[in-house]
Amino acid sequence: MARSAFQRLLGIVGVLAVLTILGFVILPAAVVTLAAFNDKAILAFPPETWSGRWFAKALAYEDFRSGFRNGFIVAGCASSIALLVGTTFAFALDRYSFPLKRTLEAVLLSSLVVPHFTIGLGFLILAAQIGWARGFAVVIACHVVLVLPFVLRSVYVSLRNLDQKLELAAASLGASPARVIATITLPLLAPGLVGGWLLAAVLSFNEFTASLFVTAQRTQTLPVAMYNYVREYADPSMAALSVLYIAATATLLIVANLYLGLGKVLNVESRR
Amino acid sequence: MAGSEHAAVRLRGASKRFGKVVALQDATLSIHRGELMTLLGPSGCGKTTLLNLVAGFLVVDDGEIEIDGKRVNAIPTYKREIGMMFQNYALFPHMSIADNVGYGLRMRGIAKPDLKRRVAEALSLVRLNGVDDRRPHQLSGGQQQRVALARALVVSPKVLLLDEPFSALDRNLRVSMQIEIKEIQRQLGVTTIFVTHDQSEALSLSDRIAVMFEGRIRQVGSPDEIYRRPADRFVASFVGDVNVLRARLDRVAGYAVAMLGAARISVPSEPLARVQSGDRVELFVRPEQLRFANAGEPIAVEGTVAAHSYQGGYVNLYLEAPDVCASRILVRSLEPDAINRWPAGTRVGISIAGSDAMAFEPKPAPHSV
Repeated sequence: MARSAFQRLLGIVGVLAVLTILGFVILPAAVVTLAAFNDKAILAFPPETWSGRWFAKALAYEDFRSGFRNGFIVAGCASSIALLVGTTFAFALDRYSFPLKRTLEAVLLSSLVVPHFTIGLGFLILAAQIGWARGFAVVIACHVVLVLPFVLRSVYVSLRNLDQKLELAAASLGASPARVIATITLPLLAPGLVGGWLLAAVLSFNEFTASLFVTAQRTQTLPVAMYNYVREYADPSMAALSVLYIAATATLLIVANLYLGLGKVLNVESRR
Repeated sequence: MAGSEHAAVRLRGASKRFGKVVALQDATLSIHRGELMTLLGPSGCGKTTLLNLVAGFLVVDDGEIEIDGKRVNAIPTYKREIGMMFQNYALFPHMSIADNVGYGLRMRGIAKPDLKRRVAEALSLVRLNGVDDRRPHQLSGGQQQRVALARALVVSPKVLLLDEPFSALDRNLRVSMQIEIKEIQRQLGVTTIFVTHDQSEALSLSDRIAVMFEGRIRQVGSPDEIYRRPADRFVASFVGDVNVLRARLDRVAGYAVAMLGAARISVPSEPLARVQSGDRVELFVRPEQLRFANAGEPIAVEGTVAAHSYQGGYVNLYLEAPDVCASRILVRSLEPDAINRWPAGTRVGISIAGSDAMAFEPKPAPHSV
C-alpha cells in the first residue's frame, strides 16, 4: 500500500525521536566512559589523549578497595535478611487475613516514600541515642529497611502467580507441609526469590544518600568512598571506577537474564 | 480383610460454614467400596465443599467423616491416602511427566526401581506412552488430564476424588475420556467420588448419584432411580428435561391418580402426603413419555405447535398450552418428517405413555425451585 509523503515523513521523525531519547538515556554513561580514558589528570570530555592508567589507579586505591569490600558485605547481608523478612511477610499478606492487614502492608512499603536522607539521618540519631556503635550492624539494618519493599513486592507477586492447587495436589499425594514447601513452593518461588535478592543487592550496593549518614570511615561503602574522593580530587579515576561499576552491574543483570529472564527478575512479566 | 464390612467413605451429619454462608448442611452419605458415586448439582450446591471435606482441604464444623471405617476428622490430607484429580489438573510445572506421576511414590519412600516400574504401569494404564521426559506445558489438555489421572492412581488410593475433571475438554474428547475413566475405575475397583454439574455425565458414568442443592443432599440413588423416581421437584427439574403440567389429584382405592384432560395417570403417593383429593398438583412428565395422541387414546393436553428444533436423530417440538403449562411443552418425535407433519400453528392432542410421571405439590409463592 502506498504511503503518503506525510506518513513517510512521520515515520522518519518517529525513528529520530526514539534514537534521540535512547541517546539521551545512554549519554551520561557514554560521557563518563570516554572521560575515563583521558590521559590528563582532569575530568574532561572528550579526552585529548588516551590512556588506561586511571583504571589501574582506581583498582589499587585503598579506599575504593575497602569500599568495594564493605559494599559487598552490606549488600549481601542486607539482601539476605530482607529476603527472609520479606518472604515471611509476603506469605502473611498472601495467605492470611487479619485486622490491619492493609496498614501492615503500608508500613512495610513505607521506605519507598520516605526520603533516604530521612531514613539515614533517623538511624544515625537512633544509634547515637541508644549507644549503638557505628559499625556494620547499623548500616545493614538501615539497608534492610531500604530494600525491603523491593524484596516484598517481588516475592509477593511470585506467590500470587503460584497456583495453590499445586500445593493441595502435593498434599493429596502424601506430602507433609514441610515437604510441600521444600518440593513445590520454594522451587516455584525461586525465580521471584532470586530476582528479589538480586534487585535488593544491586540497590544496596549502589545506595548513597542514607549510607552517607550511617557509615563511618571504616564501614564506608563504595559510593560514599567515591563521594569523599571527588571532594578532593577531580581526576578520571572516578570515571574509571564508574565504568567498572557499570560493567559489573550489567554483567550481573545479564547473568540473571540468562538464568531467570529479566522480565521475571523485575516482575514485569508473569510466569506461565 | 479388616475394614471390608465398612463403607469406603461415610459422612454423618457433616456441616460446613464460611462466615454466614452455609455451604454444606447436615450431609449424611455412605459410599460403597468400589463404586463410582457422583455428586451432582448446580454451582453453589455444596458438592465441591463435600469433596474438599473428604479430601481434608477443609475441616468440618459439625459431623463425622470416615474413610474405611476410621474417623478422619482430625487427620490431615497427606495422611488420608486419597488420590485427587483437579479441574485444572494441577500438574507440577517444574517437573517432568515421569516425576509428576512418581511424586506420590517418592513421598512414600518407594525405592527407585519399584517407583519407575509403577510409574510406567500407570502411564500405560491411561494410554500415554513416550512422554516421560516432557514438561506439562508441552502436552495437550487431554494428555495432561491422563497424566493427572495416572498421578492420582499410581499411589493406589483408598478413594479417588475427581473435581469436575472434564469441564475444560471439548465435547468429543469429553465423552471418550468419560468412557475411559469408567473402564479404568471398574478395572481397578477404586472407590471414586466424582463432582459435576453436568447431569448427562452423571447419568452415564455413575453407579449412584447424590443430587445436591443449596447445601443439602436431596436424593441418593442409581441413575435410573434419580431419573424415573425423583424425590422432589428440584431433582425432577435438574436431571433431564421435564414438563411441568397443572393437573388435579384424585385418590382412588389408596392410589394417587393425577387427572389431566381426559387422561388418568397413576403417580407415587409419597410426595403428595399433604395434598387432598381434588387439589391442584404439578405433574412432571419427561418428553419421551408424551406423544401425539392416536385415535382412541385419552388426550391429556391440547396445544399449538409453536416451534421446532431439529436434532439430527430426532426433532424437538415445542407446544403452547397456557392453561396447562406456564412454559412451552417439549415433545420429541423420531419421525424425520415431523416438521412438515406438524407445522407451526397446528393444533395437536398429546397423550401420556408410560408410567413414570411424578406429581408434586404446587410450588408456593414466586421463588425458584
